[in-house]
Amino acid sequence: MDTIVPAGQVLVPPAAPDVPERTARRMFGQPLPRIEDPALLRGEGRFLDDIPMPDPLHAAFLRSPHAHARVTRIDLSAARALPGVVAVFDADAIARELTGLRMPLGFPSATLQKDITPWVLSCTEVAFVGEAMVMVVAESRAIAEDALALIEVDFEPLPVVHDCHQALDDREPVVRSDAASNVAEQLQVGFGEVDPAFAQAPHVFAESLFVHRGAAHPMEGRGVLARYDPVEDAITVWTSTQMAHEVMHSIAAMLGMDQHNVRVVAPDVGGGFGCKYLTYPEEVAIPAAARCLRRPVKWVEDRAEHFISAIHERDQYWDVEIAVDADARILGIRGRLLHDQGAYTPQGINLPYNAATSVTGPYRVPAYRMDVIICQTNKTPVIPVRGAGYPQAAFVMERLLDRVARELALDRAEVRSRNLVPPGKMPYDKGLTNRAGVRSIVDSGDYPATQAAALARIDHAGFPARQHAARAQGRFLGLGLANAVKATSRGPFESAVIRVSPQGRIDLYTGALAMGQGLATALAQIAAEQLDVPLSMINVTCGDTGRVSLGMGGFASRQTVMAGSSVHLAAVEVRHKALKVGEQMLGVPVDGLRLHDGRVEVAAEPARFLTLGDIARKLKGAPGYSLPPGVTPGLESTGLFQTNSQAHANACHACEVEVDPGTGAVRILRYVAVHDSGRLVNPTLAEGQIHGGIVHGIGNALFEKMGYDAEAQPVTGTFADYLLPTSTEIPQIEVVFLETPSPTNPIGVKGIGEAGTIPVAPAIVSAIEDALAPWGVRVAEAPLSPVRLLELIDAAGAG
Amino acid sequence: MSSEEPLREIAVTVNGTLHRCEVAERKNLADFLRHDLRLTGTHVGCEHGVCGACTVLVDGVSARGCLMLAVQADGCTVETVESLAASEPGPAGLGPLQQAFRDRHALQCGFCTPGILMSLTELLRDDPSPDEEAVRLVLSGHLCRCTGYQNIVAAALQAARARAGD
Amino acid sequence: MKAPSFRYHAPRTLDEALSLASTLPGPRLLAGGQSLMPMLNFRLVAPQHVIDLNRVAELSGIREDGEDLVIGSMTRQREIEFSPLVQARLPLLAEAIRWVGHRQTRNRGTIGGSLCHLDPSAEQPLVAMAMDARLCIATPGGRREVPMRSFAVDLMTPALEDGEILAELRIAPWAAGHGWAFLEFARRHGDYAIVAVAVLLELDAAGNASRVSIALGGVGATPLRVPAAEARLLGTRVAGTDIEAAAACCAEVDALGDPQVPAWYRQRLARTLCARAIPAALARAAGHAGSNP
Repeated sequence: MDTIVPAGQVLVPPAAPDVPERTARRMFGQPLPRIEDPALLRGEGRFLDDIPMPDPLHAAFLRSPHAHARVTRIDLSAARALPGVVAVFDADAIARELTGLRMPLGFPSATLQKDITPWVLSCTEVAFVGEAMVMVVAESRAIAEDALALIEVDFEPLPVVHDCHQALDDREPVVRSDAASNVAEQLQVGFGEVDPAFAQAPHVFAESLFVHRGAAHPMEGRGVLARYDPVEDAITVWTSTQMAHEVMHSIAAMLGMDQHNVRVVAPDVGGGFGCKYLTYPEEVAIPAAARCLRRPVKWVEDRAEHFISAIHERDQYWDVEIAVDADARILGIRGRLLHDQGAYTPQGINLPYNAATSVTGPYRVPAYRMDVIICQTNKTPVIPVRGAGYPQAAFVMERLLDRVARELALDRAEVRSRNLVPPGKMPYDKGLTNRAGVRSIVDSGDYPATQAAALARIDHAGFPARQHAARAQGRFLGLGLANAVKATSRGPFESAVIRVSPQGRIDLYTGALAMGQGLATALAQIAAEQLDVPLSMINVTCGDTGRVSLGMGGFASRQTVMAGSSVHLAAVEVRHKALKVGEQMLGVPVDGLRLHDGRVEVAAEPARFLTLGDIARKLKGAPGYSLPPGVTPGLESTGLFQTNSQAHANACHACEVEVDPGTGAVRILRYVAVHDSGRLVNPTLAEGQIHGGIVHGIGNALFEKMGYDAEAQPVTGTFADYLLPTSTEIPQIEVVFLETPSPTNPIGVKGIGEAGTIPVAPAIVSAIEDALAPWGVRVAEAPLSPVRLLELIDAAGAG
Repeated sequence: MSSEEPLREIAVTVNGTLHRCEVAERKNLADFLRHDLRLTGTHVGCEHGVCGACTVLVDGVSARGCLMLAVQADGCTVETVESLAASEPGPAGLGPLQQAFRDRHALQCGFCTPGILMSLTELLRDDPSPDEEAVRLVLSGHLCRCTGYQNIVAAALQAARARAGD
Repeated sequence: MKAPSFRYHAPRTLDEALSLASTLPGPRLLAGGQSLMPMLNFRLVAPQHVIDLNRVAELSGIREDGEDLVIGSMTRQREIEFSPLVQARLPLLAEAIRWVGHRQTRNRGTIGGSLCHLDPSAEQPLVAMAMDARLCIATPGGRREVPMRSFAVDLMTPALEDGEILAELRIAPWAAGHGWAFLEFARRHGDYAIVAVAVLLELDAAGNASRVSIALGGVGATPLRVPAAEARLLGTRVAGTDIEAAAACCAEVDALGDPQVPAWYRQRLARTLCARAIPAALARAAGHAGSNP
């Protein structure tokens, strides 16, 4: 990993007027080891199924084997009679425990079709393979599964909608009998005079593209454990989620409980990648069962369930056109996106909306229009996975630019250079609004410098000679590149509480949610920067609704920005308080004091000091004794950084691949990723995010396909046929960082969790086309299997 | 547990401790370690032998905990992640391989990590100075969604070098 | 994904195992467990009884018996991988075994388990086919020996009757100095191959191919030999045109197809891999013949 000296301005964030913010950067920006690691490495992590709950009951779900069917009979008697079975809940039984049987919609929407969310349990009609029908609660998971096998169900199969195109056909069946149509919502996004731009353009090129992304597949699946306390009429729910607070609100609403009596705790979460940013039916059913049965109930999703009942991303079909002038400058883009939403819409339309509004990426596009049709199919519901529509959009944009380069006989990098938003145009108004109607303003970034760094690192200039030499040996090498921008740090806010105890321990609570990124370490570094303490003094608690009343959780590459800024604000305030108290207790003005190693010291006389614990003891108050003037009680502060602006991270990826025309195999020989995520809190953790993001993207480009047949039966149900990349398919990844501080937040950071994934598929596909240029092979889809690549080679060779 | 569940008594040495217990005949080794012995460091990610999260050492060699019945471990010696720090604990209570993982940021969510540590422990016992290819081959028996593997490879090579420097 | 309930049996001797296998209703034999255990966890099978062969010591081991190498059915892939005897006498098997799954699965997986599971693209049945292995099957009444060609009846269907147990396989090593190659194509390292090819080659003093075996996995319902390709090489100097012709024969074998991997693709891989494996085998053989160009 290299760091290039920042381009752009240095931002001075606001600080308390008389106590300057600390900018020593002894903690912020340092590649410190993670505070999370020792426990995880010793096997002392506490993931959902590791929680030592005495004697829990275990749940298992009967799931629909049909893509669409009416249920004509269910007989639960044999299951109920099995020794070890404690309870069997069908839809009627669970409904008696709940205020309603339909799950709440994740994101509000006035335009979406009504009654479109999943059921907690569905016992009359099933609309996708994997839909939960019946919940068995037993003394062990094995017995619960034994009981599932004893449930008798008669199904009357109904006609199936298996893909987007079929969904739009008037003659085709409707995805659910309560659905008004197979189109959940239709919308148009855009700006500028699109049709005139196309009418006058010297060149117009059209592409039909198919982009498939599979599922999230964190190594830990979902899981819920609930314990009801009848004395308090309170329930504690541990769940492997990316959003503890929203799950808490959903449970409170669905169980008819006051939020005061519902505590949701995210334990260690074994990865999320988007699929845990949702309240699932199981997260309602398990606490309902625990309250009904007055015993702790646990459900741990197994991988077979994860394949069919945790959300996917899946299919998008894009028919797009680009208009360019004689110099390859973009005049306009227009087209239609068909998005496969699955059988229900649990969260909203954010995935297709993001995709449609992020096509233009880092490029100047004067006119743009995309018609979006959100199609319902009899498949597992869809919400965003890492990247959230941006990878598909980048694929579309970069494929279009490669087409322009080919048609106009220009270098692919040159076409991009001519169209990148120049740094002088920042902040850049994209001409679009987000879902909430806020204008999309790109805050900062140097896109030409990013691309130049990538080209230099991969020796773009020297590639033709390498390619030529390889071809002389019968080897087919190609180079590809792609740019990307990700709007990160979605608002409206995130919470952080910093509280110093009289023992001097610093507790940091946040509604943000750690899923493995190292959030606790990053937040501790931001706090430690202001408080000048070692990380070991800080205890970070994420995602516990009993500790902090507000929180949004982990999505949209937001937590370092949003929670980080909140931590910063709280830490600056605590620092301010500590120094103000020190001023009065030590009798030395603030500018003669320093915070160092958990103490407020007299700078000229370090032996005179107060520990943070001393100050906390002072500020906790003593009966009848006044606090130092001008200081509020408690050595603590709550930060609630609030913004509608988004910090835009950007990247340019370049790679070299070798294609084997005898097998269709693609080997990635080199992979270079230049990223600008603003100031880096911890460069080592940042690089780790890029590595993981890129490998996820390699999966999307070459391996991962959630396959269904024409009856909407999944054909991919194991890790032997859903191919996650492994260590032997991955090249050494070279990461370079630029650091353009973002002016949208007080610490100048931008999100990083998703940016690594976005440009990967277009970069790899561009390289594959380049390798196969002698045959003129064209690729209009991802993922690209060896079978499909040979088909394309054959087609090109024959043509 | 249901009264009809067939049980069998086994004696198995786990991390140096001999356990004699009755176990359900159908229970796999990973579930036995996690739920009966409460050694929850070994994780379960797929239950069909692909992801490798449940990998433990049985009589010194790596095996999928989900593809072995607990009753098959009768008379065997099993090592899990919980044993790694005990032999040569370092400053953070970590063994050398664990320390290398921390130094090289070779874990993120940490769910798959225990299995990977056990496979690499086996590799480094057999081959104290593996090259990158050897490490990648062993790692190919594990799935990790977070790290992209690169830092895991680096950590394994660092641990090997540290050992060679002893 | 918890296995259904069954009764577990752990016999110590082959006789005991045979007795259990022939008297218990609906038993499944548990070898290395790398295929049966996932099937149990997915509840794709629900046997009343599982007979674990892992404690039957007499079924495990590698030994020489006259001209033959004898490998017990419960010999683990790990033992084969690190066996000097296998490396010296059965280099094709030594090479193929490293393609089997991952180290963590080879540590428990057994050669007999793989032969009886008989996945069409598995490596060990392919080697058995390429080398005309003979399979010794223990029956309640004694033993019978079946050549691999007869053992591989159909898709995942070995010629085993109820109550029978595969005891060992006998392989006659090829002459010292023979050439061999094993190549396969899979999406990821360690996956089941889409197609695999095994080639064995002996050259005479003049450098002509005097004995040839070419076998394909992942193309048909079982691993299969390609006599036309073998015939095309036999007696030739294994020149480029001979290799191309043999590879073309491999592309004409009837292939299984499915929506993910169509027949034409398997045929294409068969041709590509064969065209690469023959020169690799030749290079090894030529090292001994010393006269081939």
